[in-house]
Amino acid sequence: MRNRFADVFYDLAKDDPRLCIVVADISPAGSIARFREEFPERFVNTGVAEQIMIGMAAGMAQRGLKPFAYTIATFALYRPFEMVRDDLCYQNLPVTVVGIGGGVTYSTLGATHHAQEDVALACAVPGLSVIAPCDPLEAEAATRWCATQEQGPVYLRLAKAGEPVLTADAPEPWEFGRLRTLRPGRDVCVLSYGAIMDMTLEVADRLAAAGRSVCVKSVHTVKPLDRAGVEAALKDFAHVVVIEECAPNGGLGMQVKAIAQETGAHCRLDAFSLADAFIHCYGSHADLLAEHGLSAERIAAALL
Amino acid sequence: MEHRVSNAFDRAAARARCRAYRRRILEISQQVSALHVAPAFSCTEITDAAYNGLMRRGADGAPLDVFLMSKGHGCMIQYVILEEMGVLERRDLDLYCKPGGRLGAHPDYGVPGIAASTGSLGHGLGIAVGQAYAERLKKTGVRIFCVLSDGELQEGSTWEAMMMAANLRLSNLVVLLDNNDFSGLERMSEAHRAFYPVLDKARAFGWEAAEVDGHDGGAIVEAVEGRAGGDRPMLVTCRTVKGKGVSYMEHVPIWHYRSPNPEEYRRALAEIEEN
Repeated sequence: MRNRFADVFYDLAKDDPRLCIVVADISPAGSIARFREEFPERFVNTGVAEQIMIGMAAGMAQRGLKPFAYTIATFALYRPFEMVRDDLCYQNLPVTVVGIGGGVTYSTLGATHHAQEDVALACAVPGLSVIAPCDPLEAEAATRWCATQEQGPVYLRLAKAGEPVLTADAPEPWEFGRLRTLRPGRDVCVLSYGAIMDMTLEVADRLAAAGRSVCVKSVHTVKPLDRAGVEAALKDFAHVVVIEECAPNGGLGMQVKAIAQETGAHCRLDAFSLADAFIHCYGSHADLLAEHGLSAERIAAALL
Repeated sequence: MEHRVSNAFDRAAARARCRAYRRRILEISQQVSALHVAPAFSCTEITDAAYNGLMRRGADGAPLDVFLMSKGHGCMIQYVILEEMGVLERRDLDLYCKPGGRLGAHPDYGVPGIAASTGSLGHGLGIAVGQAYAERLKKTGVRIFCVLSDGELQEGSTWEAMMMAANLRLSNLVVLLDNNDFSGLERMSEAHRAFYPVLDKARAFGWEAAEVDGHDGGAIVEAVEGRAGGDRPMLVTCRTVKGKGVSYMEHVPIWHYRSPNPEEYRRALAEIEEN
Protein backbone atom coordinates (compact mmCIF):
# COMPACT_ATOMS: atom_id res chain seq x y z
CA MET A 1 0.00 0.00 0.00
CA ARG A 2 2.82 2.36 0.91
CA ASN A 3 4.53 1.95 -2.45
CA ARG A 4 1.31 2.30 -4.39
CA PHE A 5 0.53 5.45 -2.42
CA ALA A 6 3.97 6.83 -3.32
CA ASP A 7 3.57 5.99 -7.02
CA VAL A 8 0.16 7.59 -7.30
CA PHE A 9 1.19 10.64 -5.31
CA TYR A 10 4.16 11.16 -7.60
CA ASP A 11 2.05 10.79 -10.74
CA LEU A 12 -0.47 13.35 -9.55
CA ALA A 13 1.99 15.74 -7.91
CA LYS A 14 4.23 16.10 -10.92
CA ASP A 15 1.30 17.71 -12.71
CA ASP A 16 -0.28 19.56 -9.78
CA PRO A 17 2.07 22.09 -8.17
CA ARG A 18 -0.28 22.44 -5.19
CA LEU A 19 0.40 18.91 -3.99
CA CYS A 20 3.03 18.79 -1.24
CA ILE A 21 4.08 16.23 1.31
CA VAL A 22 5.06 16.99 4.89
CA VAL A 23 6.65 14.07 6.69
CA ALA A 24 7.90 13.58 10.23
CA ASP A 25 11.18 11.73 9.93
CA ILE A 26 9.83 8.89 7.82
CA SER A 27 9.38 8.72 4.11
CA PRO A 28 7.63 6.44 1.72
CA ALA A 29 10.48 5.13 -0.36
CA GLY A 30 10.42 4.71 -4.11
CA SER A 31 8.46 7.35 -5.94
CA ILE A 32 8.46 9.82 -3.07
CA ALA A 33 12.26 9.81 -3.13
CA ARG A 34 12.01 10.72 -6.80
CA PHE A 35 9.44 13.40 -5.99
CA ARG A 36 11.80 14.85 -3.40
CA GLU A 37 14.64 14.97 -5.92
CA GLU A 38 12.55 16.64 -8.58
CA PHE A 39 10.53 18.97 -6.34
CA PRO A 40 12.63 19.47 -3.21
CA GLU A 41 10.61 22.45 -1.97
CA ARG A 42 7.37 20.51 -1.99
CA PHE A 43 8.80 17.84 0.28
CA VAL A 44 9.19 18.99 3.88
CA ASN A 45 10.61 16.85 6.66
CA THR A 46 9.77 18.35 10.04
CA GLY A 47 11.90 15.74 11.80
CA VAL A 48 10.67 14.05 14.94
CA ALA A 49 8.07 16.76 15.38
CA GLU A 50 4.51 15.80 14.52
CA GLN A 51 2.67 18.82 15.88
CA ILE A 52 4.42 21.12 13.45
CA MET A 53 3.86 18.56 10.68
CA ILE A 54 0.10 18.98 11.08
CA GLY A 55 0.23 22.70 11.89
CA MET A 56 2.31 23.43 8.82
CA ALA A 57 0.05 21.33 6.62
CA ALA A 58 -2.90 23.40 7.88
CA GLY A 59 -1.20 26.70 7.13
CA MET A 60 -0.12 25.51 3.70
CA ALA A 61 -3.67 24.44 2.87
CA GLN A 62 -5.02 27.82 3.98
CA ARG A 63 -2.71 29.47 1.49
CA GLY A 64 -3.80 27.34 -1.44
CA LEU A 65 -1.61 24.23 -1.33
CA LYS A 66 -2.78 20.63 -0.96
CA PRO A 67 -0.54 18.96 1.59
CA PHE A 68 -0.37 15.36 2.65
CA ALA A 69 1.04 14.79 6.14
CA TYR A 70 2.73 11.43 6.38
CA THR A 71 4.15 9.33 9.17
CA ILE A 72 3.51 6.23 11.28
CA ALA A 73 -0.18 6.12 12.17
CA THR A 74 0.25 6.52 15.92
CA PHE A 75 2.41 9.60 15.43
CA ALA A 76 0.27 10.98 12.62
CA LEU A 77 -2.90 10.92 14.69
CA TYR A 78 -2.26 10.47 18.41
CA ARG A 79 0.72 12.71 19.08
CA PRO A 80 -0.70 15.74 17.22
CA PHE A 81 -4.34 14.87 17.89
CA GLU A 82 -5.32 18.39 18.88
CA MET A 83 -3.67 19.80 15.77
CA VAL A 84 -5.62 17.34 13.65
CA ARG A 85 -8.80 18.32 15.45
CA ASP A 86 -8.36 22.09 15.65
CA ASP A 87 -6.04 22.99 12.80
CA LEU A 88 -7.40 20.62 10.18
CA CYS A 89 -10.94 19.64 11.14
CA TYR A 90 -12.24 22.74 12.93
CA GLN A 91 -10.91 24.81 10.05
CA ASN A 92 -12.12 22.21 7.53
CA LEU A 93 -8.98 22.12 5.39
CA PRO A 94 -8.38 19.63 2.58
CA VAL A 95 -5.33 17.98 4.12
CA THR A 96 -4.77 14.24 4.03
CA VAL A 97 -3.17 12.73 7.11
CA VAL A 98 -1.58 9.47 6.03
CA GLY A 99 -1.05 6.97 8.82
CA ILE A 100 1.29 4.13 7.97
CA GLY A 101 1.09 0.92 9.96
CA GLY A 102 -2.58 1.14 10.87
CA GLY A 103 -3.79 -1.43 13.39
CA VAL A 104 -1.11 -3.78 14.66
CA THR A 105 0.85 -3.85 11.41
CA TYR A 106 4.07 -2.99 13.24
CA SER A 107 3.94 -6.32 14.94
CA THR A 108 7.36 -6.34 16.55
CA LEU A 109 7.47 -2.76 17.81
CA GLY A 110 5.14 -2.90 20.78
CA ALA A 111 1.95 -1.00 21.50
CA THR A 112 3.62 2.41 21.19
CA HIS A 113 3.47 1.69 17.46
CA HIS A 114 0.06 0.02 17.35
CA ALA A 115 -2.63 2.27 15.92
CA GLN A 116 -5.24 -0.05 17.34
CA GLU A 117 -7.89 2.61 18.07
CA ASP A 118 -7.04 5.06 15.29
CA VAL A 119 -10.16 4.51 13.21
CA ALA A 120 -12.45 4.89 16.23
CA LEU A 121 -10.69 8.07 17.31
CA ALA A 122 -10.68 9.54 13.84
CA CYS A 123 -14.36 8.73 13.36
CA ALA A 124 -15.14 10.71 16.52
CA VAL A 125 -13.78 13.97 15.14
CA PRO A 126 -16.36 16.09 13.32
CA GLY A 127 -15.61 16.64 9.66
CA LEU A 128 -12.79 14.12 9.37
CA SER A 129 -13.24 11.54 6.64
CA VAL A 130 -11.70 8.16 7.41
CA ILE A 131 -10.51 5.92 4.62
CA ALA A 132 -8.86 2.55 5.17
CA PRO A 133 -8.06 0.74 1.90
CA CYS A 134 -7.72 -3.02 1.99
CA ASP A 135 -5.11 -3.54 -0.71
CA PRO A 136 -2.78 -1.63 -3.05
CA LEU A 137 -5.53 -1.07 -5.61
CA GLU A 138 -7.83 0.51 -3.06
CA ALA A 139 -4.88 2.51 -1.75
CA GLU A 140 -4.40 3.83 -5.27
CA ALA A 141 -8.04 4.82 -5.69
CA ALA A 142 -8.15 6.41 -2.25
CA THR A 143 -4.95 8.38 -2.80
CA ARG A 144 -6.27 9.65 -6.10
CA TRP A 145 -9.49 10.75 -4.42
CA CYS A 146 -7.66 12.48 -1.56
CA ALA A 147 -5.36 14.35 -3.91
CA THR A 148 -8.17 15.72 -6.01
CA GLN A 149 -10.85 16.49 -3.40
CA GLU A 150 -11.47 19.91 -1.89
CA GLN A 151 -14.08 19.09 0.71
CA GLY A 152 -12.06 18.68 3.89
CA PRO A 153 -9.58 16.70 5.97
CA VAL A 154 -9.04 12.98 5.57
CA TYR A 155 -7.36 10.35 7.71
CA LEU A 156 -5.97 7.81 5.24
CA ARG A 157 -5.06 4.67 7.09
CA LEU A 158 -2.63 2.45 5.27
CA ALA A 159 -0.80 -0.69 6.35
CA LYS A 160 2.78 -0.88 5.15
CA ALA A 161 4.29 -2.54 2.11
CA GLY A 162 3.79 -5.91 0.49
CA GLU A 163 0.07 -6.43 1.01
CA PRO A 164 -1.50 -8.71 -1.62
CA VAL A 165 -3.85 -7.39 -4.28
CA LEU A 166 -7.34 -8.50 -3.25
CA THR A 167 -9.71 -6.43 -5.32
CA ALA A 168 -8.56 -6.90 -8.93
CA ASP A 169 -11.73 -8.85 -9.73
CA ALA A 170 -14.14 -6.89 -7.58
CA PRO A 171 -17.45 -6.43 -9.39
CA GLU A 172 -17.81 -2.84 -8.17
CA PRO A 173 -15.42 0.10 -8.47
CA TRP A 174 -14.01 2.05 -5.52
CA GLU A 175 -16.22 4.99 -4.78
CA PHE A 176 -15.72 7.34 -1.84
CA GLY A 177 -18.38 6.86 0.82
CA ARG A 178 -19.89 3.72 -0.73
CA LEU A 179 -19.70 0.13 0.40
CA ARG A 180 -18.00 -1.91 -2.25
CA THR A 181 -18.89 -5.50 -3.00
CA LEU A 182 -15.76 -7.56 -3.42
CA ARG A 183 -17.55 -10.90 -3.63
CA PRO A 184 -21.26 -11.38 -4.20
CA GLY A 185 -23.21 -13.83 -2.02
CA ARG A 186 -26.65 -14.49 -0.50
CA ASP A 187 -26.49 -15.92 3.01
CA VAL A 188 -23.87 -14.03 4.94
CA CYS A 189 -22.58 -10.50 4.42
CA VAL A 190 -19.14 -9.72 5.82
CA LEU A 191 -18.16 -6.07 6.25
CA SER A 192 -14.48 -5.32 6.63
CA TYR A 193 -11.82 -2.74 5.83
CA GLY A 194 -8.06 -2.34 5.87
CA ALA A 195 -5.33 -4.94 5.71
CA ILE A 196 -7.33 -7.48 7.69
CA MET A 197 -9.41 -7.97 4.53
CA ASP A 198 -6.95 -10.71 3.68
CA MET A 199 -8.14 -12.64 6.72
CA THR A 200 -11.75 -11.70 6.01
CA LEU A 201 -11.56 -13.32 2.59
CA GLU A 202 -10.12 -16.45 4.18
CA VAL A 203 -13.05 -16.49 6.60
CA ALA A 204 -15.36 -16.18 3.59
CA ASP A 205 -13.58 -19.11 1.93
CA ARG A 206 -14.09 -21.24 5.02
CA LEU A 207 -17.77 -20.34 5.22
CA ALA A 208 -18.15 -21.06 1.51
CA ALA A 209 -16.48 -24.43 2.00
CA ALA A 210 -19.13 -25.13 4.63
CA GLY A 211 -21.85 -24.39 2.08
CA ARG A 212 -22.63 -20.73 2.83
CA SER A 213 -23.01 -18.18 0.08
CA VAL A 214 -20.88 -15.30 1.37
CA CYS A 215 -20.93 -11.69 0.27
CA VAL A 216 -17.86 -9.61 1.21
CA LYS A 217 -18.04 -5.83 1.20
CA SER A 218 -15.20 -3.39 1.68
CA VAL A 219 -16.07 -0.54 4.01
CA HIS A 220 -13.03 1.39 2.80
CA THR A 221 -14.69 4.67 3.75
CA VAL A 222 -15.44 4.21 7.42
CA LYS A 223 -16.53 7.83 7.68
CA PRO A 224 -18.76 9.09 6.25
CA LEU A 225 -20.19 5.60 6.62
CA ASP A 226 -22.45 4.40 3.83
CA ARG A 227 -25.41 4.14 6.16
CA ALA A 228 -27.83 3.21 3.39
CA GLY A 229 -25.47 0.45 2.30
CA VAL A 230 -25.19 -0.88 5.85
CA GLU A 231 -28.98 -0.72 6.31
CA ALA A 232 -29.44 -2.63 3.08
CA ALA A 233 -26.99 -5.32 4.21
CA LEU A 234 -28.80 -5.64 7.54
CA LYS A 235 -32.10 -5.98 5.72
CA ASP A 236 -31.05 -8.22 2.84
CA PHE A 237 -28.92 -10.77 4.69
CA ALA A 238 -29.87 -13.17 7.45
CA HIS A 239 -26.41 -12.91 8.91
CA VAL A 240 -24.09 -9.87 8.95
CA VAL A 241 -20.52 -10.02 10.23
CA VAL A 242 -18.08 -7.21 10.89
CA ILE A 243 -14.36 -7.95 10.96
CA GLU A 244 -12.02 -5.08 11.72
CA GLU A 245 -8.53 -4.37 12.95
CA CYS A 246 -9.56 -1.72 15.44
CA ALA A 247 -10.44 -1.49 19.10
CA PRO A 248 -14.10 -2.32 19.76
CA ASN A 249 -15.15 1.00 21.29
CA GLY A 250 -16.23 3.28 18.48
CA GLY A 251 -15.17 0.99 15.69
CA LEU A 252 -17.21 -0.15 12.72
CA GLY A 253 -18.73 -3.07 14.64
CA MET A 254 -20.23 -0.76 17.22
CA GLN A 255 -21.49 1.58 14.53
CA VAL A 256 -23.16 -1.25 12.61
CA LYS A 257 -24.75 -2.54 15.81
CA ALA A 258 -26.12 0.94 16.47
CA ILE A 259 -27.64 1.10 12.99
CA ALA A 260 -29.11 -2.38 13.46
CA GLN A 261 -30.71 -1.31 16.71
CA GLU A 262 -32.02 1.94 15.26
CA THR A 263 -33.55 0.22 12.23
CA GLY A 264 -34.91 -2.80 14.09
CA ALA A 265 -32.82 -5.23 12.06
CA HIS A 266 -33.63 -8.89 12.61
CA CYS A 267 -30.50 -10.48 11.19
CA ARG A 268 -27.86 -12.25 13.21
CA LEU A 269 -25.01 -9.81 13.77
CA ASP A 270 -21.48 -10.68 14.87
CA ALA A 271 -18.57 -8.29 15.25
CA PHE A 272 -14.90 -9.18 15.57
CA SER A 273 -12.37 -6.54 16.50
CA LEU A 274 -9.08 -6.12 18.29
CA ALA A 275 -9.32 -6.63 22.03
CA ASP A 276 -9.85 -3.63 24.28
CA ALA A 277 -6.40 -4.24 25.66
CA PHE A 278 -2.74 -3.53 25.17
CA ILE A 279 -0.90 -6.69 24.36
CA HIS A 280 2.72 -7.43 25.16
CA CYS A 281 3.44 -9.73 22.29
CA TYR A 282 5.83 -9.72 19.34
CA GLY A 283 5.81 -11.66 16.10
CA SER A 284 4.16 -11.54 12.70
CA HIS A 285 1.10 -9.43 11.93
CA ALA A 286 -0.93 -12.65 12.03
CA ASP A 287 0.59 -13.55 15.39
CA LEU A 288 -0.53 -10.25 16.86
CA LEU A 289 -4.01 -10.47 15.41
CA ALA A 290 -4.27 -13.97 16.89
CA GLU A 291 -3.18 -12.62 20.27
CA HIS A 292 -6.03 -10.13 19.94
CA GLY A 293 -8.35 -13.06 19.25
CA LEU A 294 -8.51 -12.69 15.50
CA SER A 295 -7.74 -15.57 13.14
CA ALA A 296 -9.64 -16.93 10.16
CA GLU A 297 -9.97 -20.28 11.86
CA ARG A 298 -11.33 -18.87 15.09
CA ILE A 299 -13.74 -16.44 13.41
CA ALA A 300 -15.04 -19.09 11.01
CA ALA A 301 -15.54 -21.49 13.89
CA ALA A 302 -17.54 -18.87 15.77
CA LEU A 303 -19.74 -18.24 12.75
CA LEU A 304 -20.50 -21.82 11.76
CA MET B 1 15.21 55.91 24.44
CA GLU B 2 14.13 57.51 21.19
CA HIS B 3 13.44 55.30 18.23
CA ARG B 4 13.69 56.22 14.62
CA VAL B 5 10.27 55.56 13.20
CA SER B 6 9.43 54.99 9.58
CA ASN B 7 7.75 57.97 7.97
CA ALA B 8 4.45 56.23 7.52
CA PHE B 9 3.97 55.53 11.22
CA ASP B 10 2.77 58.54 13.18
CA ARG B 11 3.05 57.93 16.93
CA ALA B 12 0.44 60.53 17.92
CA ALA B 13 -2.06 59.11 15.45
CA ALA B 14 -1.31 55.61 16.75
CA ARG B 15 -1.97 56.73 20.32
CA ALA B 16 -5.31 58.18 19.28
CA ARG B 17 -6.23 55.00 17.44
CA CYS B 18 -5.30 52.80 20.38
CA ARG B 19 -7.31 54.99 22.76
CA ALA B 20 -10.34 54.56 20.49
CA TYR B 21 -9.78 50.80 20.24
CA ARG B 22 -9.63 50.45 24.02
CA ARG B 23 -12.77 52.55 24.39
CA ARG B 24 -14.59 50.36 21.89
CA ILE B 25 -13.48 47.14 23.62
CA LEU B 26 -14.71 48.47 26.95
CA GLU B 27 -17.99 49.42 25.33
CA ILE B 28 -18.43 45.86 24.03
CA SER B 29 -17.45 44.49 27.44
CA GLN B 30 -20.69 45.95 28.78
CA GLN B 31 -22.74 43.73 26.45
CA VAL B 32 -21.40 40.45 27.83
CA SER B 33 -20.53 38.98 31.20
CA ALA B 34 -17.06 37.86 30.25
CA LEU B 35 -14.58 39.29 27.81
CA HIS B 36 -10.81 39.04 27.61
CA VAL B 37 -10.18 42.75 28.22
CA ALA B 38 -6.71 42.61 29.73
CA PRO B 39 -5.19 40.24 27.13
CA ALA B 40 -6.46 42.56 24.37
CA PHE B 41 -5.17 45.71 26.07
CA SER B 42 -1.80 44.03 26.39
CA CYS B 43 -1.45 43.66 22.62
CA THR B 44 -3.35 46.76 21.48
CA GLU B 45 -0.29 48.66 20.27
CA ILE B 46 1.25 45.47 18.83
CA THR B 47 -1.82 44.73 16.74
CA ASP B 48 -2.18 48.36 15.69
CA ALA B 49 1.47 48.46 14.64
CA ALA B 50 0.97 45.33 12.56
CA TYR B 51 -2.14 46.50 10.77
CA ASN B 52 -1.38 50.20 10.51
CA GLY B 53 2.40 50.19 10.34
CA LEU B 54 3.73 46.92 8.97
CA MET B 55 1.23 45.13 6.77
CA ARG B 56 1.24 46.27 3.18
CA ARG B 57 -2.12 47.03 1.60
CA GLY B 58 -3.36 46.70 -1.94
CA ALA B 59 -4.92 49.46 -3.99
CA ASP B 60 -8.31 48.69 -2.43
CA GLY B 61 -6.91 49.05 1.07
CA ALA B 62 -7.15 45.34 1.82
CA PRO B 63 -4.07 43.87 3.50
CA LEU B 64 -1.69 41.94 1.27
CA ASP B 65 0.11 40.50 4.26
CA VAL B 66 -1.44 38.13 6.78
CA PHE B 67 -2.17 38.77 10.45
CA LEU B 68 -2.56 35.70 12.64
CA MET B 69 -3.61 36.09 16.28
CA SER B 70 -2.06 33.01 17.85
CA LYS B 71 -3.09 34.16 21.34
CA GLY B 72 -6.71 33.79 20.38
CA HIS B 73 -7.94 35.29 23.64
CA GLY B 74 -6.50 38.63 22.51
CA CYS B 75 -8.80 38.79 19.49
CA MET B 76 -10.97 41.70 20.69
CA ILE B 77 -8.31 44.12 19.54
CA GLN B 78 -8.22 42.45 16.15
CA TYR B 79 -12.02 42.60 15.91
CA VAL B 80 -12.17 46.32 16.59
CA ILE B 81 -9.40 47.03 14.09
CA LEU B 82 -11.15 44.91 11.47
CA GLU B 83 -14.32 46.85 12.26
CA GLU B 84 -12.53 50.12 11.73
CA MET B 85 -11.13 48.84 8.42
CA GLY B 86 -14.61 47.85 7.28
CA VAL B 87 -13.70 44.16 7.11
CA LEU B 88 -16.16 43.45 9.93
CA GLU B 89 -19.40 45.33 10.38
CA ARG B 90 -20.65 47.08 13.48
CA ARG B 91 -23.41 44.50 13.63
CA ASP B 92 -20.77 41.77 13.97
CA LEU B 93 -19.38 43.43 17.07
CA ASP B 94 -22.87 44.08 18.44
CA LEU B 95 -23.52 40.35 18.22
CA TYR B 96 -20.22 39.39 19.84
CA CYS B 97 -20.69 36.10 21.70
CA LYS B 98 -24.42 36.17 21.02
CA PRO B 99 -26.70 33.83 19.06
CA GLY B 100 -26.83 34.85 15.42
CA GLY B 101 -23.40 36.45 15.59
CA ARG B 102 -20.19 35.14 14.11
CA LEU B 103 -17.62 36.50 16.55
CA GLY B 104 -16.71 34.47 19.59
CA ALA B 105 -14.17 34.88 22.33
CA HIS B 106 -11.61 33.23 20.05
CA PRO B 107 -11.05 33.85 16.34
CA ASP B 108 -12.81 31.55 13.90
CA TYR B 109 -11.32 30.87 10.47
CA GLY B 110 -13.82 31.74 7.76
CA VAL B 111 -14.81 35.04 9.41
CA PRO B 112 -13.46 37.87 7.23
CA GLY B 113 -9.99 38.95 8.29
CA ILE B 114 -9.35 35.90 10.46
CA ALA B 115 -6.35 33.85 9.33
CA ALA B 116 -6.76 30.89 11.67
CA SER B 117 -9.00 29.44 14.35
CA THR B 118 -7.02 29.80 17.53
CA GLY B 119 -7.88 29.65 21.20
CA SER B 120 -5.99 26.52 22.10
CA LEU B 121 -2.51 27.85 22.77
CA GLY B 122 0.51 26.70 20.84
CA HIS B 123 -1.23 26.21 17.50
CA GLY B 124 -0.86 29.58 15.81
CA LEU B 125 2.85 29.62 15.17
CA GLY B 126 2.83 26.20 13.52
CA ILE B 127 0.04 27.32 11.21
CA ALA B 128 1.90 30.57 10.53
CA VAL B 129 4.99 28.57 9.56
CA GLY B 130 2.92 26.62 7.03
CA GLN B 131 1.40 29.83 5.68
CA ALA B 132 4.78 31.52 5.36
CA TYR B 133 6.23 28.48 3.65
CA ALA B 134 3.31 28.32 1.20
CA GLU B 135 3.74 31.98 0.31
CA ARG B 136 7.41 31.41 -0.32
CA LEU B 137 6.68 28.45 -2.58
CA LYS B 138 4.21 30.62 -4.49
CA LYS B 139 6.76 33.46 -4.60
CA THR B 140 4.17 36.05 -3.60
CA GLY B 141 6.26 38.11 -1.19
CA VAL B 142 3.43 37.93 1.35
CA ARG B 143 4.58 38.25 4.95
CA ILE B 144 2.91 36.57 7.92
CA PHE B 145 2.64 38.56 11.16
CA CYS B 146 1.87 36.32 14.09
CA VAL B 147 1.06 37.62 17.57
CA LEU B 148 2.17 35.09 20.14
CA SER B 149 1.70 35.23 23.91
CA ASP B 150 4.58 34.52 26.23
CA GLY B 151 2.46 31.78 27.80
CA GLU B 152 2.44 30.02 24.44
CA LEU B 153 6.20 29.75 24.63
CA GLN B 154 5.60 27.09 27.26
CA GLU B 155 3.93 24.85 24.70
CA GLY B 156 6.30 22.33 23.14
CA SER B 157 4.51 22.75 19.83
CA THR B 158 5.66 26.37 19.71
CA TRP B 159 9.26 25.23 19.82
CA GLU B 160 8.68 22.68 17.08
CA ALA B 161 7.47 25.63 15.01
CA MET B 162 10.40 27.81 16.09
CA MET B 163 12.75 25.09 14.93
CA MET B 164 11.08 24.61 11.55
CA ALA B 165 10.72 28.32 10.81
CA ALA B 166 14.46 28.73 11.13
CA ASN B 167 15.23 25.47 9.29
CA LEU B 168 13.11 26.63 6.38
CA ARG B 169 14.65 30.11 6.48
CA LEU B 170 11.27 31.82 6.62
CA SER B 171 12.31 35.44 6.40
CA ASN B 172 8.69 36.32 5.57
CA LEU B 173 7.56 35.31 9.07
CA VAL B 174 7.50 37.88 11.85
CA VAL B 175 6.45 36.97 15.39
CA LEU B 176 5.35 39.78 17.66
CA LEU B 177 5.60 38.35 21.16
CA ASP B 178 3.17 39.87 23.65
CA ASN B 179 5.45 39.49 26.64
CA ASN B 180 3.13 40.59 29.44
CA ASP B 181 4.64 38.13 31.89
CA PHE B 182 1.29 36.70 32.93
CA SER B 183 -0.28 33.41 32.02
CA GLY B 184 -3.74 32.61 33.33
CA LEU B 185 -2.62 31.83 36.85
CA GLU B 186 0.39 33.86 37.84
CA ARG B 187 3.44 35.87 36.91
CA MET B 188 5.49 33.72 34.59
CA SER B 189 8.93 35.05 35.42
CA GLU B 190 8.35 34.07 39.06
CA ALA B 191 6.65 30.71 38.50
CA HIS B 192 8.97 29.58 35.70
CA ARG B 193 12.25 31.31 36.31
CA ALA B 194 14.37 28.87 34.34
CA PHE B 195 12.49 29.85 31.20
CA TYR B 196 14.14 33.27 30.96
CA PRO B 197 15.63 35.08 29.12
CA VAL B 198 13.47 34.52 26.04
CA LEU B 199 15.45 36.57 23.55
CA ASP B 200 18.52 34.37 23.80
CA LYS B 201 16.44 31.27 23.21
CA ALA B 202 14.98 32.67 20.01
CA ARG B 203 18.45 33.58 18.78
CA ALA B 204 19.77 30.16 19.71
CA PHE B 205 17.02 28.67 17.54
CA GLY B 206 18.29 30.67 14.56
CA TRP B 207 15.91 33.61 14.70
CA GLU B 208 16.71 37.26 14.45
CA ALA B 209 15.36 38.79 17.65
CA ALA B 210 14.86 42.23 19.15
CA GLU B 211 13.21 43.56 22.28
CA VAL B 212 11.10 46.72 22.47
CA ASP B 213 8.52 48.51 24.58
CA GLY B 214 5.37 46.77 23.39
CA HIS B 215 3.20 49.81 24.01
CA ASP B 216 5.25 51.90 21.61
CA GLY B 217 4.01 50.99 18.16
CA GLY B 218 6.73 53.05 16.55
CA ALA B 219 9.38 50.97 18.26
CA ILE B 220 7.74 47.77 17.02
CA VAL B 221 7.59 49.04 13.45
CA GLU B 222 11.19 50.16 13.59
CA ALA B 223 12.40 46.86 15.00
CA VAL B 224 10.78 44.94 12.16
CA GLU B 225 11.60 47.32 9.33
CA GLY B 226 15.10 47.89 10.63
CA ARG B 227 15.94 44.21 10.83
CA ALA B 228 19.27 42.93 9.66
CA GLY B 229 17.63 41.04 6.84
CA GLY B 230 18.93 37.78 5.48
CA ASP B 231 17.01 34.57 5.60
CA ARG B 232 16.01 34.31 9.24
CA PRO B 233 12.51 34.62 10.67
CA MET B 234 12.16 37.44 13.16
CA LEU B 235 10.82 37.59 16.69
CA VAL B 236 10.17 40.90 18.40
CA THR B 237 9.78 40.56 22.14
CA CYS B 238 7.32 43.29 23.05
CA ARG B 239 7.43 44.14 26.75
CA THR B 240 3.81 44.72 27.65
CA VAL B 241 1.49 45.20 30.59
CA LYS B 242 -1.54 42.96 30.81
CA GLY B 243 -4.54 45.27 31.12
CA LYS B 244 -2.50 48.27 29.97
CA GLY B 245 -4.24 51.60 30.39
CA VAL B 246 -6.60 50.73 33.24
CA SER B 247 -4.82 50.87 36.59
CA TYR B 248 -6.93 48.33 38.43
CA MET B 249 -6.54 45.80 35.62
CA GLU B 250 -2.80 46.07 35.17
CA HIS B 251 -0.97 42.92 36.32
CA VAL B 252 -4.14 41.58 38.01
CA PRO B 253 -4.92 38.04 36.78
CA ILE B 254 -8.71 38.22 37.37
CA TRP B 255 -8.97 40.57 34.40
CA HIS B 256 -7.74 37.86 32.08
CA TYR B 257 -11.40 37.01 31.62
CA ARG B 258 -13.85 39.38 33.25
CA SER B 259 -16.00 42.27 32.13
CA PRO B 260 -15.94 45.44 34.26
CA ASN B 261 -19.15 46.32 36.14
CA PRO B 262 -20.76 49.70 35.37
CA GLU B 263 -18.72 51.57 37.98
CA GLU B 264 -15.49 49.91 36.89
CA TYR B 265 -16.43 50.68 33.30
CA ARG B 266 -16.74 54.41 34.06
CA ARG B 267 -13.38 54.44 35.82
CA ALA B 268 -11.73 52.56 32.97
CA LEU B 269 -13.08 54.98 30.37
CA ALA B 270 -11.86 57.95 32.38
CA GLU B 271 -8.37 56.49 32.74
CA ILE B 272 -8.12 55.71 29.06
CA GLU B 273 -8.98 59.27 28.13
CA GLU B 274 -6.21 60.51 30.44
CA ASN B 275 -3.54 58.28 28.86
